[in-house]
Amino acid sequence: MLETHRIAELGDALWAALRSGRPMAKISELEPESDIEDAYRIQLHMLGLRLAAGDEVVGKKIGLTSRAIQDALGVYQPDFAQVTRRMLFENGATIDLGMLMQPRLEGELAFRLKSDLIGPGVTVSDVIRATDYVTPCFEIVDTRFQDWKIRIQDTVADNASCGVFVLGEARVDPRDLDLSLAGMVIEKNGEVVATGAGAAVQGSPVMAVAWLANTLGRLGIPLRAGEIILSGAQAPLLEVRDGDHFTCEIAGVGRCEMRFAGRAMV
Amino acid sequence: MSLDQMTGLDDEAIHRLAERVETAQRYAVPIHKLTDDYPGLTIAEAYRVQTALRRSYERRGQRVTGWKAGLTSKPKMAQMGVSTPGVGFLTDAMECAANARIPLAGLIHPRVEAEIAFVTKAELAGHVTRDQVLAATDYVQPALEIIDSRFTGFKFDLPSVLADNSSSARYVPGGRMRRPDAIDLRTVGVVLEHNGEIAQIGAGAEVLGHPAEAIAMLVGVLAGMGEVLPAGSFVMAGAITAAVAVNPGDCITARFYEMGSITVSFTA
Repeated sequence: MLETHRIAELGDALWAALRSGRPMAKISELEPESDIEDAYRIQLHMLGLRLAAGDEVVGKKIGLTSRAIQDALGVYQPDFAQVTRRMLFENGATIDLGMLMQPRLEGELAFRLKSDLIGPGVTVSDVIRATDYVTPCFEIVDTRFQDWKIRIQDTVADNASCGVFVLGEARVDPRDLDLSLAGMVIEKNGEVVATGAGAAVQGSPVMAVAWLANTLGRLGIPLRAGEIILSGAQAPLLEVRDGDHFTCEIAGVGRCEMRFAGRAMV
Repeated sequence: MSLDQMTGLDDEAIHRLAERVETAQRYAVPIHKLTDDYPGLTIAEAYRVQTALRRSYERRGQRVTGWKAGLTSKPKMAQMGVSTPGVGFLTDAMECAANARIPLAGLIHPRVEAEIAFVTKAELAGHVTRDQVLAATDYVQPALEIIDSRFTGFKFDLPSVLADNSSSARYVPGGRMRRPDAIDLRTVGVVLEHNGEIAQIGAGAEVLGHPAEAIAMLVGVLAGMGEVLPAGSFVMAGAITAAVAVNPGDCITARFYEMGSITVSFTA
């Protein structure tokens, strides 16, 4: 368990890395004894700095939902972070790579809530009934450390490696489709580069949202009506380059698209 | 003069190789890859071996029910250094029913893949497009393919695999039939469960961007062999998920978005 002042130092360092584009040393190397709880405290400190700079929480993201990523990190549960107004881009946006460090692209299903979800005790039917709509989205993950060979405390502290996200315009009632079997197809510059399905996320994205509500509930954090929940990657991570155009299509939901321009900072 | 006649192996050598493959298939005895003895074996010759094998099964009373496309994913094509799918024929003896208990005694390295199958209502021949394939399709439905490489220690190369009927062994039609215009096959999600646990996940676009693309390319490969795809054929478009190895006692379920599911189990 790290001292409060050390938590603040590491959170400040992450915030500085984010703003300067200069990667920092990994927390797992600086503080080998640190645990996931320390990492969430660092995450919260860094979020405080974002909010103090005028940003605003608009939702949450769930990470580490796929078996492949869990195997790679040796952690058999998801993680989460808060997402803010300045991370959110509209469908069709061109993302300037110059504001990112080591970006990778994920295709996900996003949930918009119409009523609060307060765990523990939240079930999948509670999630369905609290959902306003689902829509396809891209999450551009990023790391503020030297490379992607990170450990669990690194990604959790670094806001679950969230960079920015792009929300689709489709608004579909989750009762109207099989969210577990709905296939996802990601195309880059007109070519299929990855496929998946909702089942890649904890068996179903609805399960992941219920997990989030319950995990946050134990920490005293509610999921509020109006929040956007990024439920986790359904297909493998993809590299991105200047000029790339991506589409993400989910059966029964629709598609979203985005472009990249410029050059990443690292 | 056809492409076949320009190549190096005479008919007798082709038939010897076909007999070798057939023996391995019928008695589940692995053999060394054919290129160990015939390092120059070409793809055209490999298909001549496959054709000789097909004729032999027909002489034994089996009926060709359709075809399968293999090597239809980008990673597999890159691994094998090819730009067109490999094809293999299917016979009535390879067909198993959904919920069957399939004996593994007759197989060497059995593995299961989830695929989308096309059942045709008109002949397809020569150069055809994806749209022509869809127009000639009566219905599509889920299928499981049980592939089996007959080569020792999984050592193989493209000509050996093609001569071995592209590893065809068993197939299981099932699930819900759909008219081809009633479903977008690209975004059909597929979950392959092994003994109740999710083992593989994909979507239809994994197959050359659209499964009908694989059927169009298969028809082109058939044309190169002097064959057409007759109406009523059952054609599997290629694996949407990676193959899962199975053992006696195992159960496999594949679930398809808005196309139902197929379950089979395996016995010794």
